[in-house]
Amino acid sequence: MAPPAEVLAVRGLSKTFPGVRALDGVDLTLHPGEVHALIGENGAGKSTLIKVLTGVHRPDAGDITFQGRPVAFSTPMEAQKAGISTIYQEVNLIPLLSVARNLFLGREPRTRLGLLDFGRMHREADEALRAHGVRVDVRQPLRTLGVGAQQMVALARAVATDARVVIMDEPTSSLEPREVETLFSVIRRLRESGIAVVYVSHRLDELYAVCETVTVLRDGRRVHHGRLADLDRLGLVSTMLGRDMGEVRSEGLTKFTGDHHAAAGEPVLQATGLTVPHRLHGVSVGIRPGEVVGLGGLLGSGRTETAKAISGALPLRSGDVVVAGAPLRGGSTPAAIRAGISLLPEDRKSEGIVPGLSVRENIALAALPRLSRFGLVSEARVDAVVDTFVRRLRIKASSPHQKVGELSGGNQQKVLLARWLAMNPKVLLLDEPTRGIDVGAKAEVQKLVDELAADGLGVLLISSDLEELIEGSDRVVVLKDGAVVGELTGDDVTEDKLMRTIAGDPPAPGAVEVAATDD
Amino acid sequence: MTETALRTAPFDKTRVLAWLQSYGVYAGVAMLLIVNTVITPHFLTAENFRTQAVQVAPVVIVALGMALVIGTEGVDLSVGAVMALAASVTALYLGYGLLPALLVVAVFAAGAGLANGALVAFVGVQPIVATLALMVGGRGIALVLLPQLQDLHNPALASLGSGAVAGIPYLILIAAALALLIAFVVRRTTFGRQLLAIGDSRPAAQLAGLPVRRVLVVVYVVCALLAAVAGVLATARLQASDPTSLGNLMELSAITAVVVGGTPLTGGRISIGGTVAGAVLIQLLTATLIKHDLPPSWTQIAQAIVIVCAVYAARGRGKR
Amino acid sequence: MTATKTDAPTTAPGEQPADETEPVGSARSERLSALVQQHGALAVLVIVSLVASLSFDSFATGDNVSNMATSSAFLAIVALGMTFVIITGGIDLSVGSLFALGGVLAAWGSRHGTLVALLLPLAVCGLIGVVNGLLVARSRLAPFIVTLAAMLGARGVMLALTDEGAETYLIGKDSFLADLGQGSTLGVGNPVWVTLALFVAGAVVLRRTRFGQHVYAVGGNEDAAALMGAPVARTKVLVYTLSGLLAGLAGALNAAWLASGVTILGGGMELEAISAVVIGGTLLTGGLGHVSGSLVGVLLLKVIQNVINQIGSLDSSYQQVVSGAFLAVVVIAQTWLGRRRRLG
Repeated sequence: MAPPAEVLAVRGLSKTFPGVRALDGVDLTLHPGEVHALIGENGAGKSTLIKVLTGVHRPDAGDITFQGRPVAFSTPMEAQKAGISTIYQEVNLIPLLSVARNLFLGREPRTRLGLLDFGRMHREADEALRAHGVRVDVRQPLRTLGVGAQQMVALARAVATDARVVIMDEPTSSLEPREVETLFSVIRRLRESGIAVVYVSHRLDELYAVCETVTVLRDGRRVHHGRLADLDRLGLVSTMLGRDMGEVRSEGLTKFTGDHHAAAGEPVLQATGLTVPHRLHGVSVGIRPGEVVGLGGLLGSGRTETAKAISGALPLRSGDVVVAGAPLRGGSTPAAIRAGISLLPEDRKSEGIVPGLSVRENIALAALPRLSRFGLVSEARVDAVVDTFVRRLRIKASSPHQKVGELSGGNQQKVLLARWLAMNPKVLLLDEPTRGIDVGAKAEVQKLVDELAADGLGVLLISSDLEELIEGSDRVVVLKDGAVVGELTGDDVTEDKLMRTIAGDPPAPGAVEVAATDD
Repeated sequence: MTETALRTAPFDKTRVLAWLQSYGVYAGVAMLLIVNTVITPHFLTAENFRTQAVQVAPVVIVALGMALVIGTEGVDLSVGAVMALAASVTALYLGYGLLPALLVVAVFAAGAGLANGALVAFVGVQPIVATLALMVGGRGIALVLLPQLQDLHNPALASLGSGAVAGIPYLILIAAALALLIAFVVRRTTFGRQLLAIGDSRPAAQLAGLPVRRVLVVVYVVCALLAAVAGVLATARLQASDPTSLGNLMELSAITAVVVGGTPLTGGRISIGGTVAGAVLIQLLTATLIKHDLPPSWTQIAQAIVIVCAVYAARGRGKR
Repeated sequence: MTATKTDAPTTAPGEQPADETEPVGSARSERLSALVQQHGALAVLVIVSLVASLSFDSFATGDNVSNMATSSAFLAIVALGMTFVIITGGIDLSVGSLFALGGVLAAWGSRHGTLVALLLPLAVCGLIGVVNGLLVARSRLAPFIVTLAAMLGARGVMLALTDEGAETYLIGKDSFLADLGQGSTLGVGNPVWVTLALFVAGAVVLRRTRFGQHVYAVGGNEDAAALMGAPVARTKVLVYTLSGLLAGLAGALNAAWLASGVTILGGGMELEAISAVVIGGTLLTGGLGHVSGSLVGVLLLKVIQNVINQIGSLDSSYQQVVSGAFLAVVVIAQTWLGRRRRLG
């Protein structure tokens, strides 16, 4: 059977942003009616690829052939008009406008007088949505719909514009299981009518449920492509994370010294049954003094949310956080900080540093009340603290008065660490502490985490860097879709076990590659 | 990588604009002083300087509060109305003596600031919208309390308005003292640091455990109190309470002074020196045009152009 | 060092804002709050009018009603333009000055004929609107500061034209312009007819044209609107232009009504117009609203003003207090409802 002509062909696509090669010679081929999984961890290049395909970014090199013709979109609108539609993770529609108007914005049917033809618009909107199994009053504002139904409207809009290719960027991240089913049936229908779908998701179950083919990106390169059925879950996870199964770790590649932490006594932090609607479903984590607990899982599994929920930055529907035996009032960051919890947020630039303030002021920010007398900042005390930490963490700045926004990523991260260490915390929650920082700084941060644990701090470590997670943690709690699916302790803290737990494969899959270290 | 880019193009537009934003106002003031020295007769006299300073003092005081609010990425449109309110309340309670009257004024102003601050910090209304209601209603309340201009005959108030120490009017001394105080608050206090952090990055400030809501409320209260001080001083100088026109367009003058002085509307940075210089710049500009028999209409057009240029220079800076 | 900036941010659900709540709006409570939002002002208007006509003999008289209608007309035209601007999420503080400028230009131009008297204010005020729009849409400056500057600039131009406000240009008695302002058709003042026509046109444009859809889309979610192909910048320029044109026209009509270009008018009119629009149910944050609401808002303000005048003992300044209070209540209610509805 000859394969049908490809609808979209991408060859040798490269895109460089200042300081990072986001895409490096990536190829991608789509045939009509193909549902193609596009996966990769953070920074792998998925978003950049999608943005290039949809005309948000222009590629530096490479070419895109769409329906047999070379194309170069310069705006999202051009791509849409040509027939490439995108559905974003967060619904990108206008909540206050009616469902029908959202569906037809920019291509409303008009009467002979040039006025909008609402009768036809409502009728057609109703038909289009019914075709996707959604029955709503199309005159109602979009926001009255549930998130799932909104996502369906976005989908209907994407398809209605005569799309030949529909890109879905994590479409299910806020859907209920029932809504996911509806989405899948729509995808199957799209496939039957010859529309190609690029499906981005981190939920393996979903990928295997709807996708036939897969492209795995890592560090801007295509590291795998082919039929999804040829790759089992473990293989998929390890390809994505860049690990060979059964690879024997001969030497530590990180600066962690190993599992020497004195993990004894009562937990300094005990979080029980943390529940946040759509995000976390009863997550429990305990950390003892001197222990580094890793949070494992893929992107979107609820790691960041767990850390934020513990630190009071995410309101809980239910669940308790107890610090050193004292229960914590939920949903209050200041209360959590007073209790001794410090969070190094994942998004350093927008949630961590205060870019316009100096290194000095950033370090002293959280501890200001303690460094002040009668509301006046004691410059001497601030200097002492800043001096100590600039030296201890080896923060490289032209002077303590340099703006933090001008520092390198690694030094910004150290400034944030200094800010929290100045608070003498009991528990440190580190969300991707070494992402986007250079090798030297990375090693220093890892060494520091070790030292802090040795000093008796409880550390929660979130990292997409498997090596870092495995070598840095005494224990790893594994999350999947917002729930704990396993915990690795002692000798079980290995990459293989971790990947197996993430993949959710049965214990003995019979996969040849696993045999080496499986015991 | 960005550093190399900057080094290879030392005279690019952003850098010029950045310099203009920070120091343009001082250069402008200096230029106007020089130009006036040359072309305006009797410019370099103590009397002239005193007049200019007395005129600019209320604007400076209001602008100080506005600078704090703008530093939190907000804006307070109600300052003119609060000035009018202060004028009415002063007139109403002056019978009990100056000090009790001032206390009542402070209570009213604090209430106004509290209302603005609560709307912004707790209800989550955009600052411009939150303060609009008081801008509309505040002057109405002032007029309800005191329907028309009323002459005031109180020796204490009179001496506040026209008295002087060593030839320097109280008005100027008070404005200068307040400017120093606010500059001190911004630079040296916990509150000042927290305020700047909140204005620069609200999410980061929240995650760092700062008392975001409390700081915001206090900022709006301080702004209202400063506007009230300006209202009382203006009333004292007039020897009359004029709720109809006192403080008209003051929000505009104050915002202009702040923005021209190099404080970006996007928050996170406050230049008190620049704010004072900004007020002085507008005052000198007006005075120059008037002294050379150019009509007030020109001043207004000139002021409009200065505002747009200042905002344009600040565009996209301050925050990255 | 921008390694994470380029690729990471869009994908992790953990990076969504932390303060969002679940969608609560069941269809019924949604419909109820929409009803209050859209027609609350109308209900208040009806009640106030009823109470007023029962309490004051002089309220529901033909003279008084027609007076109120005519004096509402000018504010209503300004509020019409403001409605468009506010629905895009912007604000136009220059309309009061443009109103005064329009009046002066019309009176000044009436010496050269009615056509000049009408076109001159439209051209000048429209041009200032274009400049406002370009500065907001292209240079991305904050609307309030741009239009605040325009307010000052327009006032300056107006003063320059009138010898610093000393000169008042008159409009000849027998011109078409004077008739447009002072005459009446079928017993209703001509400015009222013009206003009604403009509102009908405005409603059609807002509800029934693509431009209208873009206005809502830009105010509802600017980024999504851009992704969905709405011409964001063009829409913004157009609404500020429209606001300038309508303010100028209102000023010209007002001058025709008064038979002169009065220079002291228009102060605080921007606040009245904004109050009317918001009280009429248009969301100050944009994306929701309707021109009929603004008309109701204007009428409500004018009726309250009339009532306050009827109660002889009350000063007209109560008008401002009431407007301010209304504004505060409406804004708090809008924010509160909006927060409850925000989607997760």
